[in-house]
Formats: sequence, structure tokens, C-alpha cells
Amino acid sequence: MRITGAKMVTESLKEEGVDVVFGYPGGAIMNVYDEIYKQSFFQHILTRHEQAAIHAAEGFAKSTGKVGVAIVTSGPGFTNAVTGLADAYMDSVPMVVISGQVPTTIIGTDGFQEIDAVGISRPCTKHNYLVNDIKDLPRIIKEAFHIAATGRPGPVHIDIPKDITAEVANFEYPKEVDIPTYKPTVNYNKRQLKKAMGAIAKSKKPLLYVGGGAILANCAYEIREFAKMTNIPVVETLMARGVMGDDNELFMGMLGMHGEFAANMAAHDTDCIISLGARFDDRVTGRLDEFAKKAKVIHVDVDPTSIGKLVDTNYPIVGDLKVTVEGMIEAAKDMQFNEYTNWVSLLRDYKEKEPLRYQDSDSVIKPQWAIERVGQILGENAIISTDVGQHQMWTAQFYPFSFPRQWNTSGGLGTMGFGLPGAMGVARGNPDKVSINFTGDGSILMNIQELMTCVEYNLPVINIILNNNYLGMVRQWQTLFYENRLSETDLSAQPDFKKLVEAFGGVGYRVSTKKEFEEALKDAVEKKKPAMIDVIVARDEIVLPMVPNGHALNEMTLLGDSNE
Amino acid sequence: MNNFNHYYDSETTRQVISVIVINEHNVLSRIVGLFSARGYNIDSLTVAPMTGSKYSRMTIVTTGSKRVIDQIVKQLNKLIPVLKVNEHQNVIEKETVLIKIPIEQPLSDIEVIARAYNGHIQNVTHDAIVISATDAPSRIANFTNIMNKYKPLEVVKSGVVAMER
Repeated sequence: MRITGAKMVTESLKEEGVDVVFGYPGGAIMNVYDEIYKQSFFQHILTRHEQAAIHAAEGFAKSTGKVGVAIVTSGPGFTNAVTGLADAYMDSVPMVVISGQVPTTIIGTDGFQEIDAVGISRPCTKHNYLVNDIKDLPRIIKEAFHIAATGRPGPVHIDIPKDITAEVANFEYPKEVDIPTYKPTVNYNKRQLKKAMGAIAKSKKPLLYVGGGAILANCAYEIREFAKMTNIPVVETLMARGVMGDDNELFMGMLGMHGEFAANMAAHDTDCIISLGARFDDRVTGRLDEFAKKAKVIHVDVDPTSIGKLVDTNYPIVGDLKVTVEGMIEAAKDMQFNEYTNWVSLLRDYKEKEPLRYQDSDSVIKPQWAIERVGQILGENAIISTDVGQHQMWTAQFYPFSFPRQWNTSGGLGTMGFGLPGAMGVARGNPDKVSINFTGDGSILMNIQELMTCVEYNLPVINIILNNNYLGMVRQWQTLFYENRLSETDLSAQPDFKKLVEAFGGVGYRVSTKKEFEEALKDAVEKKKPAMIDVIVARDEIVLPMVPNGHALNEMTLLGDSNE
Repeated sequence: MNNFNHYYDSETTRQVISVIVINEHNVLSRIVGLFSARGYNIDSLTVAPMTGSKYSRMTIVTTGSKRVIDQIVKQLNKLIPVLKVNEHQNVIEKETVLIKIPIEQPLSDIEVIARAYNGHIQNVTHDAIVISATDAPSRIANFTNIMNKYKPLEVVKSGVVAMER
């Protein structure tokens, strides 16, 4: 059939089974929006800012495992989307982002709302396209979805000039993708795996170090099974929260800068570290030359560039993580492993003696208490998003995660403003769960306009502001490393959040006692409306444990060490 | 560091890499962007389409520690339009230089030196001659140094092209 380029876009999305698109219209993308108006197979959600459209698509993708889709216009529409693209790139979120571009006849003349979009998106996307010829459009969209979802996932950006969306050509959506230069490795090298398994069996203190790749590859339950059959303890990175489930006997906690004592000691003392979909990020390793320095390193990753990038690897294994872990389970069935009972009980001991904890109070709400309380009340009935800062670290530490994709946060890029739109995407993709966004009084204002989107589309996101009147994480560093010179981190000037959310048409609460908090939460969950609970919390609380910059993981500052 | 057979030492080495890429717009900027974004060096880069195919060959000369070279190769491979990356160990390298010298300079001396470097006079006008030479990069560097004596008006060097022996 002969159709316009704009219709090709909507038809292709239909072919890909897309059921929701987040976006914002504008001049260069209008032809596509006209087709969106005429169709009924997917919903379009109008965010109030392009950055939020991308974050919402991320939240949707992270919580459902599907490819997120966002559509924006040229120029400022696209530049607003860049932060979202960079965020998705750093956290390997499968996404397709379509932007309008000025007509091909205008490209290069500094036209109205023209910017070199593919030039800007190149370093923050897995791949990008500028469509030069309408005949390429169906193939490009097909390739984009394939590239976004396979190998190490990531965002793919397609820039479409306006005249191409107006042109008419024959449309046939390709069934197959054939990119001769893109063949991600799926199957691991069997000999290499055998050698690695031998090293594990011989080790005395092995450790599974699990990263966000375990979520992306959908192999959390395989990892649980492998850990159980071999009795090897597990630590999670920030992005992997929920892989093991927090009540698992072999789960030793999150490791890294704000990781718990047992997890960091495990990583420090292990003699064989098995990295599954993790990438030895600086926030995990602390001082690199001290990280797991007694250990043989087994590194499983679908992306070869992650291997050997920071830490020398004894057993590199490139392959799909799910396939590889299944192979490990298979291999482990006919193998004799050492007894790791002493090692596990030593770590359990650490966990008991030095748990994550805080000084609770009856006169003021502690932020950690609020998070724990939500965990006790909602537990596995909620999917948790966060913004970035102290509240994010406390949530990672104190929320009792129990399943993969229950956790939606901006890890790699650390984007303040991610939480509300991200939680919106979660709400759209998971109507049977409560979508909670833990946020801070700094972060929430970065995409506050999305309350309008939540209200318009009835996406019942419950925003819980842990309000300490500070840009808390920066303030924490100023206190610890800058002799308490609080440069530009006092946020005492702030809106009345309760009135603000009410102005948008949502439900607002302002609470300063535990009882008020519990009542507000209960009410918000029952009302099933977009809500914001402004929780006045202890101002000077800091995130502990903490591995100061340039220190090794066993050099943690623990609660009781600090002068606070 | 984990004591893994010291594969990675921090000694800097020079490495010739050839990259086969799909010949499409944007591909050169992807490669160059990768190098600048990750702080890798490009000492020289040449690119030309490969006859009778949709691919181009790039020859890149870079320097870095073993770990960096390793990452460069992997990161290049990761780019979608890249078909193949070769780290060359044993190569013939060639570079071309064009030098314009005022006509007043002793032409016969120049020609003798040029011939010693596989070069010759390419063009003569009333006010200048142009000589060219193609040889290994180190020899071209020597040749260019010597020619500096003759007050060159312009010196243009190509990048390196390389082929395994």
C-alpha cells in the first residue's frame, strides 16, 4: 500500500505491538501527530515536557520489559529529550525515540527549530538514524526496535525530516532484520564456562556480584536457583535490587559507596568474584586497586566492552546472561563444590552484627523509617521509583524488595527529575500495582509539571517527598568533606507542596508525625488518585554506611562512627 | 590489581588498527566521536571506500596502554555500522607527503634527496616545484625534516595506510 511517511510511523508502531507512546507535538512532527489522531491501536500520553516523555517511556520499559517509545519534535523538543536519552543509555533501557526534523531542503541552513539532532544524540544512544529517504523508513524503524531490545539494550533515536513524513511511498513492514554488522553474542563459549566453573568449585569464598544486567536479561530466578544449589552468597548493585529478594538467606545486601557492611566485606574478602551483568562501576568498587583484590575474577556480560574495562578478568565470558546462567546451573548439577557454609555464616554474622540501621525518633520522622513503613504496608504490592539523592540511597537500603523490575531508578546518569515521570510510566504499565515515587524536595521540582499528566490520564502515582529542606546528598558531602560550608544547598525556600498538587487536581498531604504519615499513605492508596505526601523529616540525617571517595570497601564509615 | 598474568601493563604502545565500516553518512563522526568522548588518541586516520562493496576501510594509528588499546578495539566493534576491527601486528605502513619548494632552491640537490626517499618531482611552475614521496612513516618524517632546509612553502602529509605482510 502507498502511504505517507507519517502513516508509516504509526503503522510500524502497530506492527511492533506498541500500546503506549509518550510524547509532545510540535511543528516538524505534526504530520506524525495527525496520523496519531487518526489511529486507535495505541494510546498517546501527552507529557508536559519532553524530558518527562523519555523518562516515562523508561519507567514503562524498566517495569514491563517492553521497548519504551517516545515521540518529540525538532529543535528544543529534541534537546529537551537529550537528558532522557542519556539516562536510558547509561542504564541500558530499551527505547525507541522518534524526533521530527526540519525538511531535508532546509537541513544545514539554521532553519527554525533546526538542530543537528543525530550529532547530539550520537554519544548518548546505542544507535541513531537520520532518515534521508522515505524508502528506508520501514526498515529503519524495524532495525531500531531490534537494536534497542537485543544484546545490551539501549535507546535508539530516529530523526525524521518533515518532508519525508509528508511524502508518499509503498509501505511494507519488513519481517526480518538483517544488519550484517550487528550480531550480538548470545551463546557463551562452553570451554571458557567450564574453566570458570572449575575455578568456582575450587574457591573457598566465592561471591555472586549481580548487576542491572540480571534484570535486563530476565534471569533473576535463575540466579536465585544457581545460588541456592551451590550455596554461594550474593550481593547486588543498586541497579540489581530485587534480583534475589531481600529475605533470601544468601542475599548479603547491596554493595558499594552506600552498601551494607556484610556486602562490602564480602566483596573485599572474596577469593572468587562472579560478576553477572555488572560493570565494576566506580560507585560500586570504591578504590579500584583494593576491590576484591584476593579474588579470581569471572566476568559474564553480553557487552564485551564491559569486560576488562576496569578490572582484569581471569575468565571473561561474553553471552546472554540468562543463557549463561542456565548453562552454569546445568554444569553445576554434575560438579562437586567446596563447602561454603563457614563463609556464608560469617557473612550472615556480619549482617546481624552490623545491619543497615538508623537512630529512630518519636519526635520527628526519620526518612528511613518512612521508607521502611511503606515497605511494611505495601511490600510487594508496590513498584518503587525514586529520584536521585539521599532518598534514593535510603530507598535502595531500606525498602524490602522482593522481585525483579520492582525497582525503577536512575543509576548510571543519576538524573534528578527522573522519579515522577518514571513512576508515571510504571503506573501506565502496571495498573495492578501501586506506583510509588520516593523523592526529595530538590528533585521533585525538576519535573513537577508532570503532576498534570498524572491527573489528566489518571495515573495514580503516589509521590512521597522526604522533605528535609536541603539538597541533601550535596549537603551531606559539604558536611563531610567541605567543612560544613553549605554552598547553595539550603532549600528552605519552597512551595507549599500540598497546595501545589491540589492546584494540579491531585491529592495533597503534609505530615510531620508517624501517625499522620500512615494515615496519609493509607488514604492515598485508597483514593487511587495522583497524590503527593510532603513528609517533614529530620533535617540532618546522612546516608550511612559510606565509603568515602578514594577509599576501599572495607573502609566504611558506619553509624556511630560519625559525629552526627 | 588482581594478579592476572600482567596482561595489562601501563606501557604505552603505538597500534595500527583497521576498521571496516558500512559506507554511510555519520559513520566517520561515530568513530571520531568515540575517540574524543573516551579520551583516546588518534595519531592518524585515513579512510576510503573499498572498491566494489558498500564498505569503507579506515586505518587508524593510535597510542595507548594495552588496556586502552583493548578497549578501543572493543568499543569500535560495538558500533553498529562496524563490520570488523583488526589490530595489526606485522604491517607494511605507507605515508605520502607533498612538499612545495621555491624554484630558487638548488633543484638537483633536492631531486637527489627525493630519490633517496622514493620520491620525485611532480610539478614545476615559474615559482615553485612540488615533490612527493611515499614511504614508511618514519622515513617520511626524516625526509620532511631534511627538506625543511630548502624553505618549503607548503608541506602536506597523508595519514597512514597499512596492510599486513
